[in-house]
Amino acid sequence: MEWKFEAGAPIYAQIVETLRVKIVSGSIRPGEKLAPVRELALEAGVNPNTMQRALTELEREGLLYTRRTSGRFVTEDAGVLDAARRDLARRKLRAFLESMGELGFTGEELLALLKSENISEEEER
Amino acid sequence: MPILTCAGLSKSFGGTKALDGVDLTLEPGRIVGLLGPNGSGKTTLLKLANGLLRPSAGKILIDGKEPGVETKKIVSYLPDRACVPDYMTGAQLMAFYGDFYSDFDASAAKAMMERFEIDGRAKIKHMSKGTREKLQLIAVMSRRARLYLLDEPIGGVDPAARDVILGTIIANYDPSATVLISTHLIADVERVLDDILFLKSGKIVLAAPAEELREKHGKSVDEIFREVFRC
Repeated sequence: MEWKFEAGAPIYAQIVETLRVKIVSGSIRPGEKLAPVRELALEAGVNPNTMQRALTELEREGLLYTRRTSGRFVTEDAGVLDAARRDLARRKLRAFLESMGELGFTGEELLALLKSENISEEEER
Repeated sequence: MPILTCAGLSKSFGGTKALDGVDLTLEPGRIVGLLGPNGSGKTTLLKLANGLLRPSAGKILIDGKEPGVETKKIVSYLPDRACVPDYMTGAQLMAFYGDFYSDFDASAAKAMMERFEIDGRAKIKHMSKGTREKLQLIAVMSRRARLYLLDEPIGGVDPAARDVILGTIIANYDPSATVLISTHLIADVERVLDDILFLKSGKIVLAAPAEELREKHGKSVDEIFREVFRC
């Protein structure tokens, strides 16, 4: 997978975010085994300690777990995955609402806009 | 125990102070960026650590010892200029390193040569500047050292090769070893660094973990560098 980082934010936090999206969206599947830290660090072009820190954070959130002898895996707990997915959606929604607020949209205007956008999408299909 | 310690370390050339009272401790298992503009004292510090220069004042210790024969066994040094015998072939250079250093890993060297697509039968004097630099880095990173001192390891190569070289550094250092990389190409290296040292006119003006700096300032290390060293 291709890794991109923004300049002004801690890299470990950006790794956490990227992996979180991949895990909750299922593009890394529940129960799937992750590559070793150094391999992931090489792939992302980052310091192995930074990668380790990101994985530790995802473990703390319950999205990853370690089996002592066999490595690190994505959780198979559907409840944890769903909660993380909803949490992520809420955060993105809040950011979206904030930027729409900056453009001066009210809630109703936004709803109307979303609806018309939805309809034109369906028409396209 | 720290792998490298400096206390009040100073070095003068004539009346010029290249290093001026540097206090510094490097712990094992870190990749450290020694960052500063030209003439800030980076090369002088690395040469002192390698015993090529003697301090004018203060102390520098490697694994608790003054630089000398014993410390050179555990320090792998990449100088800032090419210093390999250019009548040799690449393969001969690796054998030469293998004879010199008991910690040299010939199979690692071979694997890296293949990765960089360097023909071991070619004479070094027939190689391009970039290829020579890669070859020298391969020799240095093939040692299983405890401290790597890399003076501008990516200075002379193109951006694509820079990524490969940084990957080589990540892949080949032992997690308990320390890598000190001096460079002014900060944007290219900052992602692989644990810790940042800013050297300005022979003094350490900033020492902090890279992530902490990015978190605190909301900026990349490169941007912070430009602010600190704005003329």
